[in-house]
Amino acid sequence: MIFVNDKDLVVPGEILAEEDFHPGRGTFKEENKICSSVVGLVAIRNKKISVIPLQSKYIPKRGDVVIGEINDIRFSMWGLDINSPYSGLLPASEVFGKEKRELEKVFKVGDVLFLRVIDVDEVKKVKLGLKGRGLGKFRGGILIYITPTKVPRLIGKKGSMINMIKDKTHCDIVVGQNGVVWVKGQTDMERIAEKVIKMIQNQAHTSGLTDRVREMLAELTGEEIEESKEISEDLGETEELEGETDENNNDQSSDEKEEESSVEEDENLPQEIIESKLNFNLKR
Amino acid sequence: MVNKMNIVPEITRKSITHLINNEERVDGRAMDEYREISLETGVISKAEGSARVKIGNTQIMVGTKPQIGEPFPDTPDVGVLMTNSELLPMASPSFEPGPPDERSVELSRVADRCIRESQMVDLEKLCIIPGKKVWMVFIDLHILDYDGNLMDAAVLGAVAALKNTMIPEVKVVDNEIIIDHENMKPLPIREEVVMCTFAKIGEQLVIDPSLDEEEILSARLSIGITASDKICAMQKGGDSPLTKEEIMNAVKITESKSKELMKYLEC
Repeated sequence: MIFVNDKDLVVPGEILAEEDFHPGRGTFKEENKICSSVVGLVAIRNKKISVIPLQSKYIPKRGDVVIGEINDIRFSMWGLDINSPYSGLLPASEVFGKEKRELEKVFKVGDVLFLRVIDVDEVKKVKLGLKGRGLGKFRGGILIYITPTKVPRLIGKKGSMINMIKDKTHCDIVVGQNGVVWVKGQTDMERIAEKVIKMIQNQAHTSGLTDRVREMLAELTGEEIEESKEISEDLGETEELEGETDENNNDQSSDEKEEESSVEEDENLPQEIIESKLNFNLKR
Repeated sequence: MVNKMNIVPEITRKSITHLINNEERVDGRAMDEYREISLETGVISKAEGSARVKIGNTQIMVGTKPQIGEPFPDTPDVGVLMTNSELLPMASPSFEPGPPDERSVELSRVADRCIRESQMVDLEKLCIIPGKKVWMVFIDLHILDYDGNLMDAAVLGAVAALKNTMIPEVKVVDNEIIIDHENMKPLPIREEVVMCTFAKIGEQLVIDPSLDEEEILSARLSIGITASDKICAMQKGGDSPLTKEEIMNAVKITESKSKELMKYLEC
């Protein structure tokens, strides 16, 4: 027995289904009833019901790529703000190897870096690393903060959304899994990209978003609206939403199947980002 | 009002400064444009006067409480005006519970100075028995949401709350005070006062700095001005100095902008 439809907005405590279904992320089970534990949209997949929260905080996860700001320099490590309840650590050895150098001369407080989460331990100490293609310090550009649940939506299916913004604004864009977005281009184009990204954040849960983003971009950049295959775009959106479910995993109560699927999707997403980073790296 | 603990990423600082040097702002405002202002009065039924003011996302709740008490010994025949502010932790991650910090003290002192020195409230009329009993008016500023420029919002809210305040009539019979709660009257108000805050970022002065702008400003200047264009309070903040021309320019903008702010106080 099910009481809600796919993509319905629910509030905590709302009964979603009885029996026959499995509780997924953002839900809990009580006396055979599956209830929502967050404010968000219902996602039904086979017999699993999960709720994608409308807003969230970034919970660090191994393998994620994030954008962080240095806010502390210690004896052998930098402290970073990664837009999360937990702060990140970048050990000096990650940057210099075995060499000993002064930390202040490399990265100063206030610098913004693109990093990978190497490890998260049981007390959520987040170890970060700079080894990898495209990771490093940002020069110039602006930072935009969005809620981390909306990151998959901003990237779109196979990077469709983010590539569209990049094409239209001619900006370099890097999206961190922690909801920090770096944009660099011409000043007015940076502002347009910012407006569009904020719009995506606010309307991420609605359908037909890709078209509206295209219209908005065309209007702001003063270019002609391109007519393209709308059907495929629409399909893309439903899948993105599903991607969101998996993306947004916080290592609680995940049975084996769930873990499998999340790994699969996770590999997809950072790739998108790395691709976007490739351009950025070349230009740099 | 800059919190030194809060680190602004270098690239954010550069991009905002770059925009402002080109006479543009992050939120698309003009250099001398306020964010959207809204003002409600009489929002707290338990307080004698109250107001809620919003400038953009900055939100302050103001309540006033008149009480009868003893005057200060050096001013036996004038009423007492006291301003207090509370930076609630829910307003910003940088606000902590506990005793008032520097920012809270600065805010209440600047708001207090603005209202006191403008002589907006006729404190002499608040005297009941000289040396013994006077009206004491407490203004409480509660910062509900912090998105920059608390000072202008605080003064605007405090003035609106004072205008909204009603006190009961009192009579003195045989040295005893009889409070007549049936007859309420407004506080004796002369003329309104507003405050305009400027931030110097790069080479430019911008009015009504938002939180992002406030965090990177090099100098800040708040000017209190009355309805008849008398400057009654000034507060300088930030690390850099301001030139005479910049101050004169700020005063000039204040004179024209204050008219805009006064409109909100009319109703």
